[in-house]
Amino acid sequence: MTEPLSFQGMILKLHDYWSQRGCLILQPYDMRMGAGTFHTATTLRALGPEPWNAAFVQPCRRPTDGRYGENPNRLQHYYQYQVILKPSPADLQELYLGSLAAIGIDFTRHDIRFVEDDWESPTLGAWGLGWEVWCDGMEVTQFTYFQQMGGFDCKPVAGELTYGLERLAMYIQNKDSVYDLAYNDAGVTYGDVFLENERQMSKYNFEVADTDTLFEGFRKAMAECENCLSNNVPIAAYEQAIEASHLFNLLQARGVISVAERQAYIGRVRDLAKGSCEAYIEHMTPDWQAKYPEWSL
Amino acid sequence: MSDFLLELRSEEIPARMQDKAREDLARLFAAELDKAGLKAAELVTYATPRRLALIARDLPTQTAAVSVELKGPPADAPDAAIDGFLRKAGLTRDALETRDVKGRATLFAVIDRPGRATADVLAEAIPAVIRAFPWPKSMRWGEASLSTESQRWVRPLQGIVALFGDDVVECEVAGIRSGAATVGHRFHHPGVITIGSAADYVEKLRACHVIVDQNERRATIAVGAKMAANMAGLTLIEDEGLLIENAGLTEWPVPLLGRFDEAFLDVPPEVIQLTARVNQKYFVCNDADGRLANAFVCTANIDAADGGDKIVEGNQKVLAARLSDARFFYETDLKVPLEEQAKKLEKIVFHEKLGTVANKIERVAKLARWLVEEGAIRLPAGEGRGPLASASGKGEGDPASTDRPHPSAPAALPPSPDRRGKLADQAERAARLAKADLVTGMVGEFPELQGLMGGYYAAAQGEDAAVAEAIRDHYKPVGQGDDVPTAPVTVAVSLADKLDTISAFFAVGLPPSGSKDPFALRRAALGVLALITGNQLRFDLGKLLQLATMWLRSTGHDLTGFQQATGDFFADRLKVQQREARIRHDLIDAVFALGGEDDLVRLLSRVHALQAFMATDDGANLLAGYKRAANILKKEGGVPVAAGTNTAPEPAEAALIAALDEATPKAQAAVEAERFADAMAALATLRAPIDAFFEHVTVNDADPAKRAARLALLARMRDAVHAVADFSKIEG
Repeated sequence: MTEPLSFQGMILKLHDYWSQRGCLILQPYDMRMGAGTFHTATTLRALGPEPWNAAFVQPCRRPTDGRYGENPNRLQHYYQYQVILKPSPADLQELYLGSLAAIGIDFTRHDIRFVEDDWESPTLGAWGLGWEVWCDGMEVTQFTYFQQMGGFDCKPVAGELTYGLERLAMYIQNKDSVYDLAYNDAGVTYGDVFLENERQMSKYNFEVADTDTLFEGFRKAMAECENCLSNNVPIAAYEQAIEASHLFNLLQARGVISVAERQAYIGRVRDLAKGSCEAYIEHMTPDWQAKYPEWSL
Repeated sequence: MSDFLLELRSEEIPARMQDKAREDLARLFAAELDKAGLKAAELVTYATPRRLALIARDLPTQTAAVSVELKGPPADAPDAAIDGFLRKAGLTRDALETRDVKGRATLFAVIDRPGRATADVLAEAIPAVIRAFPWPKSMRWGEASLSTESQRWVRPLQGIVALFGDDVVECEVAGIRSGAATVGHRFHHPGVITIGSAADYVEKLRACHVIVDQNERRATIAVGAKMAANMAGLTLIEDEGLLIENAGLTEWPVPLLGRFDEAFLDVPPEVIQLTARVNQKYFVCNDADGRLANAFVCTANIDAADGGDKIVEGNQKVLAARLSDARFFYETDLKVPLEEQAKKLEKIVFHEKLGTVANKIERVAKLARWLVEEGAIRLPAGEGRGPLASASGKGEGDPASTDRPHPSAPAALPPSPDRRGKLADQAERAARLAKADLVTGMVGEFPELQGLMGGYYAAAQGEDAAVAEAIRDHYKPVGQGDDVPTAPVTVAVSLADKLDTISAFFAVGLPPSGSKDPFALRRAALGVLALITGNQLRFDLGKLLQLATMWLRSTGHDLTGFQQATGDFFADRLKVQQREARIRHDLIDAVFALGGEDDLVRLLSRVHALQAFMATDDGANLLAGYKRAANILKKEGGVPVAAGTNTAPEPAEAALIAALDEATPKAQAAVEAERFADAMAALATLRAPIDAFFEHVTVNDADPAKRAARLALLARMRDAVHAVADFSKIEG
């Protein structure tokens, strides 16, 4: 058996695989966000009639999942690999399985299952049907057919694949701790790269972050989103929704949002995201209809 | 005659939807056949994760020819009316017949529909069934989804096999053309296979590693999992739901035994079982001593090249990570006293009109204490009653038993004040801690462990065993058939919790209505009834409900109608509960109609005696006599004001008077003593005299005095019967 892929080797392999299948290979969005789905290449591009095929790595921030580098499975910062294919191709499952084979999963020795898991993002006003994909009982990918985004029907439907890169790598490399992962083939581990980040950032998220600044930032993001919407720059407005969402997550980690307030904050973020999607659709509709006369909202 | 095979192949269908989908497929398909006058000798359905299939046996190749006759307008009707009729019938004017209808020339269309090829019927039925399919959740996909009108299915539809006999039934749905080709197991046999006919479908797929029949897959898993456990010297803990789910996730199920670190067995077994079952869909096993073993059985969907070693290894890792999460929660939770956790409930809103969970707990704690102090809770035999009393504990739970405490004396012998005082303290303590586990990490992760975890934490933190038990079991009974708690502290807390919920929501105007019961008050009421009847608790429910809302009164809530509404609600629930025990609802009504009965135990024991009585000849005939008497009284306008007694009664009349003189006090005394069977027996003695009375005596005598006296006698009989129940409510 050949040497398993390193963490970076796995990413390069996925880039190569999806690039050969017609995907644009994009770079991460340069903002802090909780999931790859927030990337405009997913959220905004899932709207409208134009075909769109893209793959990218997105760093994700989940402040409440931080464990000061002490838990082998939990991180406040980790990577998702996202593939978005619109309209969803008829052989999406086969394409996906091909990608698993490409990174070294042997289907004669492993048990791959598609287990019902319907995806919903209250903050994005989005939902879809699909599965979590299990490999020997471990969830390695979220597989979703988007039905709505920002509260609007997806026309056409996009297929979204979200691979948990660290989990997949731990699986392929047979490691019990994320920090022991081979980052490259020259002896550098994931821990060498990120352990200190996890320690410091966990401390920051849970103990240090100035809550007044965070609350102030949240209010400013809301106001700036409004400003952008009234000036018809919906992509800029959407960035403020991303910002507000992350600040809300930080406030949660600091434990300063009560149970009762929580829903109200989620509602505010959702309004920003939905408002941005709505404005984006409005802004783009003339272009879309010029190219796809049969398309309408 | 030929068999028809339909396979609808799709991406993975959620396991939980497959059984219903098979039913829907059979139902919709049978309806389509029926429209064409066809009926299959048998409809068989199959479901796997990737296919939904149906075989209809012995369909004729042609449908029967039918002649349909349509009546049209009169022959002299305006042209517009006749043209309309022609369009409807699809005929021309010269094809119509003219017939005489009641002297008027009327047009008739006779349409002969020749038999159709069944294949054509099927070609139309398939798209119709697919379009009408009621998936609980469905989706759009692919290029067609540019329109929201595109075909929906549970997951993308990928192929249709439609064979009638050996021939393909041609049709197209969502851009998919029917054919004879399908695929085998996703990894064992990914290539295309061609099905010859319904006859070889199951076996061809089996050869390609697909067991089409869900029952066969379930059996394979059941047997395989059991054997895997047995070979390791263990016993599988069977779980029907898990069996069905795993069969719904696999086309070629292979049960495999895995292990986890014994150190995890420190975590409560329920937690391990739940983690394994809910998150990973694994079975768990017991060891030879009946304790949870450090083993699990997962169901792979493949015959792995290495016999499953890698698969087991992978699954073991996943479970280990899950269990270390669970252990982390457990150990973290153990460090925080429940009393501390309970403080966090001040921040959790119970309901906007009813304050926080902490507010609720305050009320429940007071109520639980009161229930014990007021003697509403029975103490177990042998505790506080002395050894002599416990020896006579026969007849517990038997409604007809006379060995039952009187309402004013809840236990056979009053326990010492100390004993009751201690119980009251324990009930209050348990109530105050009962909901504290809601804010623990473990219950946050597994809400279904509420109560149970609280019980573990309480015991580990040194609470009394009775308190820990009450915390653990205070949600019980959860449904009909669930265990009903009997430990006094548990009964007090469970009752108090449910009574508070019910009375609080009623008091703020949020009772259940129709199919809506968002706060599960009906279930809570059934729980209350089960606790009362199961433990033979003697107290006034109406008074208790009033008491449970004292706090609301002081906050100015309007409680008009509360008593009536809760009374009706409980009466209704009681009927639902007793229906399970096959008790007639009309008999419950008959006892309720007497009014003023708030002691449910007494009420039910009366109902039970009544039901036993009604099953006898005496009972049925007494009821007939009663109804006859009541009818006469109704028809004659009741008893005249000046009615006296007959000075010269006829023999049958005298006999009835004598029987009433004897039976009435007996029945009343028996009722007072709650010997309801004896009361019924006393009434039974009236049956013969009443029958004789109606046979030999004319009520409507010419002499107004005689008539009045006889009506009065009938009224007396009616009233005597009413001492036991209002017979007018009894059906039959």
